[in-house]
Amino acid sequence: MEEEAQSSGVIKKFLYINRRAPHGTIYAHEALETVLIGAAFEQDVTLAFLDDGVFQLKKNQDTSEIGTKNFSKTYAALEMYDVEKLYVEKESLDQRGMTADDLSVDVKIINADEMKKLINESEVILNF
Amino acid sequence: MKFGILVNEGPYTHQASDSAYLFTKAAIEDGHEIYRIFFYHDGVNNGTRLATPPQDDRHIPNRWTELAKENEIDLVVCVAAAQRRGMVDPDEMKRNGKDANNLAENFRISGLGQLIEAGIQADRLITFGD
Repeated sequence: MEEEAQSSGVIKKFLYINRRAPHGTIYAHEALETVLIGAAFEQDVTLAFLDDGVFQLKKNQDTSEIGTKNFSKTYAALEMYDVEKLYVEKESLDQRGMTADDLSVDVKIINADEMKKLINESEVILNF
Repeated sequence: MKFGILVNEGPYTHQASDSAYLFTKAAIEDGHEIYRIFFYHDGVNNGTRLATPPQDDRHIPNRWTELAKENEIDLVVCVAAAQRRGMVDPDEMKRNGKDANNLAENFRISGLGQLIEAGIQADRLITFGD
């Protein structure tokens, strides 16, 4: 069913903005599915995590008691899809009492001003 | 300008699909091109032909179908999101052994690659969601 990736030679700066908690709604899970499919298109891909979206990268997630899929390990596999630019907003971490040590993957932590710059420099923004 | 449209919420519960419809209509009236409209998350429910809203209310799926017919717009429902939520076309019905299908006219089911492609090909990709 998945169609052939047609890059047609155009490379755009894609930014996936993840702002919601990983569980409670399906947005984070389906955003990740978009990133994985999108990886086949050889675009310039960046992921940003802000607001409750920083919880998506929280270590040691366990969904067994709520009966939903634990997709959190997929973030660590993104590297294999050549998705390597992951940015987390510092203010969002601070507000939630989190640090880089709480995260399951290597990310670059940037402040709100740098995040703003990143968003401004992106061409295709998918906000989940 | 060439627009790609992403609809992330279902009909009636959220205003997102109304806004997407009104934006699309206004863009066409202003002479812009709509490269594709992609329905994701609960947005896939915009494509059900089994909706029967009260007569004094707008019929959201029919409205999409008519807009697509009049303007040759590509309405794409994400296959992964559709399978989860029971949006089925005749091919998917056969493939998954279902006894019914419910996809409205002028909609088609395809993969997320169609969304990425819209991002690449359109001048602007506009998201309608919460």
